[in-house]
Amino acid sequence: MTSLPAEPAVKLGLVIDLDTCVGCRACVVSCKEWNTGGQGAPLSDADAYGDPVGAFLNRVHSYEVAREDKAPFLAHFPRSCLHCDDAPCVTVCPTGASYKRAEDGIVLVNEDHCMGCGLCAWACPYGAREMDPVAGVMKKCTLCVDRVYNETLAEEDRVPACVRACPAGARHFGDLNDPGSDVSRLSAARGGMELMPEQGTRPVNRYLPPRAKDEAVFDLVALAAAPETADPAAGSSAASSGAPAGALGWLDAALAKLG
Amino acid sequence: MHPAPSLIVFTTLSGLGFGLMVFLGLFGAHGAEAGSVPMIYSALALALAGIGLMASAAHLKRPERAWRAFSQWRSSWLSREGVLAVTTLVVFALYAALWSFGAGRPAGLGALAALLALATVGCTAMIYAQLRTVPRWAHWSTPALFVALALAGGAMLAGETETAGVLLLIGFALQVLHWRRGDGAFAASGSDIGTATGLGAFGAPRQFEAPHTGASYLTQEMIHVVGRRRSAALRRVAAALGYLVPALVFLTLEAWPLKHTVAGLAVLLHVAGVMASRWLFFAEAEHVVGLYYDRRAA
Repeated sequence: MTSLPAEPAVKLGLVIDLDTCVGCRACVVSCKEWNTGGQGAPLSDADAYGDPVGAFLNRVHSYEVAREDKAPFLAHFPRSCLHCDDAPCVTVCPTGASYKRAEDGIVLVNEDHCMGCGLCAWACPYGAREMDPVAGVMKKCTLCVDRVYNETLAEEDRVPACVRACPAGARHFGDLNDPGSDVSRLSAARGGMELMPEQGTRPVNRYLPPRAKDEAVFDLVALAAAPETADPAAGSSAASSGAPAGALGWLDAALAKLG
Repeated sequence: MHPAPSLIVFTTLSGLGFGLMVFLGLFGAHGAEAGSVPMIYSALALALAGIGLMASAAHLKRPERAWRAFSQWRSSWLSREGVLAVTTLVVFALYAALWSFGAGRPAGLGALAALLALATVGCTAMIYAQLRTVPRWAHWSTPALFVALALAGGAMLAGETETAGVLLLIGFALQVLHWRRGDGAFAASGSDIGTATGLGAFGAPRQFEAPHTGASYLTQEMIHVVGRRRSAALRRVAAALGYLVPALVFLTLEAWPLKHTVAGLAVLLHVAGVMASRWLFFAEAEHVVGLYYDRRAA
């Protein structure tokens, strides 16, 4: 049924930390591995030794963020299904293959009913859905629904494969509808962001913004422009005389003597 | 968006066929009460709509499951279109049979078929107009343009010459509006690489490294940029062939020698122009997912 369910009591989702993500793609590989070799249908590739095209449920972009008067910074950005409350991919589906679970809000595709029209991928602003090039049906992140409730797995493995694989601790899984859950508290503490809120999809997943790494310690651009004023350790007398203080001052003076 | 030939053929031909059904259903065919005239007109309408719908099935990766698309009419415009298209074909075929072989034209049934045909075209357009992800499409002018084109083409085929001329001019106005409004739609949508990544709050993001070196379903299907640089020339072709030349011909048809041949050629020009317009409809449409790939302005 492609009408959306009533507001789920549990909203399982991810909190992805753009501050700690190192862009290693371990989540991409573990996602592909689990979803092509795990309990679900294969997540196929085509023409692997020619001009390869494959379906992935998780992709990692990298962005450079330019800032005025400050050095740019780099942010790695994993992109996958956000399991939206108002998921447009579900309501556009003509066959009933796309659906959102009432019990935990996970958005899934029934691959036995999908006719491969692709309209759900058109409706998704986040590029979360990719057509399987071999099966001809739509694939998307299942939030590893075949892991998170799987009692044959050790308890620590009952999280999505991407979360389990992340070496940086940048991915967190839990109930974002419970304000007391670890993920909700983390998101609240760090100012978790919704992606493209203007699209009206009400995503469940949250992205934690990069922390201001360079402001508390020193400002690289300012240091290059005026070294003496940027270092808080430098004395005011040294700053006013135009010469650096401390060991740098000694080196500066020694080099000056050498002519 | 990738301009799939199956979708261009489907929307163009089915629009013509359903548009013809509107005129045949409401007004018949030049007072014909039975016989070969209604039969030929009706067969043309059914064939155009039928070929169009079959072309749409070619767009599916698993067409053997297409029957499931009749199930979700409560939420899905694509499902509604499927249900209405088949209902229209059945009702119109019944109307055409009674009209051709019976005694007189069943006007009530014809009006019902016309209404259904119009609603089908509206649903086709709403499949595109509902997508907030494609700002160029998400506007009332999309269904208005689709309906105007279907009616204009239907009027041409039905031989309603002056109506066709007027409808073509209305269609032209809507087409220009759709292009003009569409050109600024992405910028006005409020979505940019900053909102897509959430990083806009911290500066000006741009792609540093793509997530994959080759193509993907997303880049092939939704980040299609080939040929946009020819769009201005193609718009002029679409405007002339699809609207202005046929409008001129149909508004002055009485003055022409070989009226039927000239009208037939004008219809062919119109179909070519509409196909050019539909190609642009897809090729010029930008999907917000392109923001993640920082590949909008190619």
